[in-house]
Amino acid sequence: MTDQTQSVPQTRLSATRLAGVLAFLVAVFVLVPAFIALTGRWDFYYTLTSVALLSVAAAGVWLTFYIGRINIGQGAYALTGGYVSAILITQYGVSFWLTLPLAGIFCALVSVGIGLPILRLRGVYFAMVTLVLTEVARLTALALPVTNGAKGITSIPLPGELSILGLTIIPDFATLANPKLAFYLMAAVLMVVTYLVLWRIVNSRLGHLCRSLQQNEELSASIGVNTAMLRVLAYAISSFFGGLAGAIFVAISQSIYPSSFVVQDSVNFMLYCFLGGLGYVFGPMLGTLLLYFGWDLLSVAKQYQLLIYSGALIALMLVLPNGVLSLLDRKGGRK
Amino acid sequence: MTAILQVKGVTKRYGGLTANNDISFDVAPQEILSVIGPNGAGKSTLFKQIAGFVTPTTGEVIYKGNRISGLPPHKVARMGVVRTFQETTIFKSMTVRENVIVSHHLRSKASLLGFFFGSSQAREDEAEFGKSADDIIDFLGLQAIRNETASNLPQGHLRALGMAIGLATQPEVILLDEPFAGMNHDETMRMVALVRRLRDERGLTVLLVEHDMPAVMKISDRIVCINFGEKIAEGTPSEIQANPRVIEAYLGSEDAAIGM
Repeated sequence: MTDQTQSVPQTRLSATRLAGVLAFLVAVFVLVPAFIALTGRWDFYYTLTSVALLSVAAAGVWLTFYIGRINIGQGAYALTGGYVSAILITQYGVSFWLTLPLAGIFCALVSVGIGLPILRLRGVYFAMVTLVLTEVARLTALALPVTNGAKGITSIPLPGELSILGLTIIPDFATLANPKLAFYLMAAVLMVVTYLVLWRIVNSRLGHLCRSLQQNEELSASIGVNTAMLRVLAYAISSFFGGLAGAIFVAISQSIYPSSFVVQDSVNFMLYCFLGGLGYVFGPMLGTLLLYFGWDLLSVAKQYQLLIYSGALIALMLVLPNGVLSLLDRKGGRK
Repeated sequence: MTAILQVKGVTKRYGGLTANNDISFDVAPQEILSVIGPNGAGKSTLFKQIAGFVTPTTGEVIYKGNRISGLPPHKVARMGVVRTFQETTIFKSMTVRENVIVSHHLRSKASLLGFFFGSSQAREDEAEFGKSADDIIDFLGLQAIRNETASNLPQGHLRALGMAIGLATQPEVILLDEPFAGMNHDETMRMVALVRRLRDERGLTVLLVEHDMPAVMKISDRIVCINFGEKIAEGTPSEIQANPRVIEAYLGSEDAAIGM
């Protein structure tokens, strides 16, 4: 430890980091589309779009980890966000672009109501309650008339045109020759914005306070932090991301069912965070990419797919308990 | 004496167990007051009630004329009464300097949204916190370990860091929970000098809970002795040493326990 910025990841935007961010943006917005156009693997767009939207939800889960809570309930908010978007589009004719923030805000409000009581719980108790949330959301979607029960909501129109003062910013997706690319770009942009926001949160005072909460809530309270308020705030932001991801999902699949997001998805969001690294803002993004893509690529192994996948996960957690991104720190000779 | 802090008839019951029974005493401004008593006497419970972590069953704690008992800890801290912790409660994975900086939370003028967008007020705050953190680190003589991760520090430094965290909130009354526990004689004497400096140089009122009798006798202006949840004596160190009820509480080992 020679300089004070080292122990906080990404505190200062140094030249190498800036180059890294630029390289990342170029890869996402130029290299990937170029690669797919060259190889003709259009199916990759669907996979990568999914990765982008799942990593938005995983970003939320990561933030709850950052305040020291194990969140296995993000599927509930993704499902809620998806339904909010689907219902607003199909029954009220609201533009998809408007439903994006609305779905997020709705989920954030719901999470404040849910979070106020349950965020008092810690450790495994909080995790258990959140695990139930996804199932509650699924059953609610089955039971409510507005969600159309098990039949779900289908034939949701593609995102329409977004224009401000007559100036078209985003064209109607239905008129596009290649909606797959458009969806990919939309999800990627949202992913980049999400992680920008997350990065900013973590490196502003809010993040420092979250870190103090993660490490010792009592001490945090005695230095004057309103711990209850901060916990709910972080959880609401987390759920906002969940709702946002759900709304994007609706736009891509053009349908939503009570089983669109199940407990398995909630568990996966958590795994993405673990794998990428809980100490790194960009951990969940990398984790999502590796796990989701890895699972897809392993399909060549047929019946051994799950065996290899879970074996690799166990091995990774043994070798790299702090996530894949902790490799960067090792290489730099830090501890 | 105009008291800065008044403990009035504080009683705490947990079911059938009475942890504190009708405890009352006043604390004068810039006084060093120790609360002593055998293990399980209810000292820590009393401290928790003063700092807002536990609400008294009956009775109240008054700080500068305002009732603070029953308020949540962050509000009590905002008013100027801050507790440091028994043992070594610190933010483990932060460096010493980060620990102290984050503890300046109470003094931030910018909103959290302001910090998010990096408003000029937020940047001003950050700069000010950094400077103030360095002052506190210098005050406590922690310069050499400024950028060390807290989890790597030895006991003595951790205790000092806990104090630095408390100081960063700019309290008027600081509650120290066993500041000398587990320290050898030299370390204790250094800590005694440090606690005195808190009062003399920073004008703090210090309340401490402690087992180390020689240190308590050396440092305190006044002492409150608690046994089985009740206050059995209050007075200057020499009065406490001569008090038969105190001697009885530390039964059979008056010389060794009271340290004289």
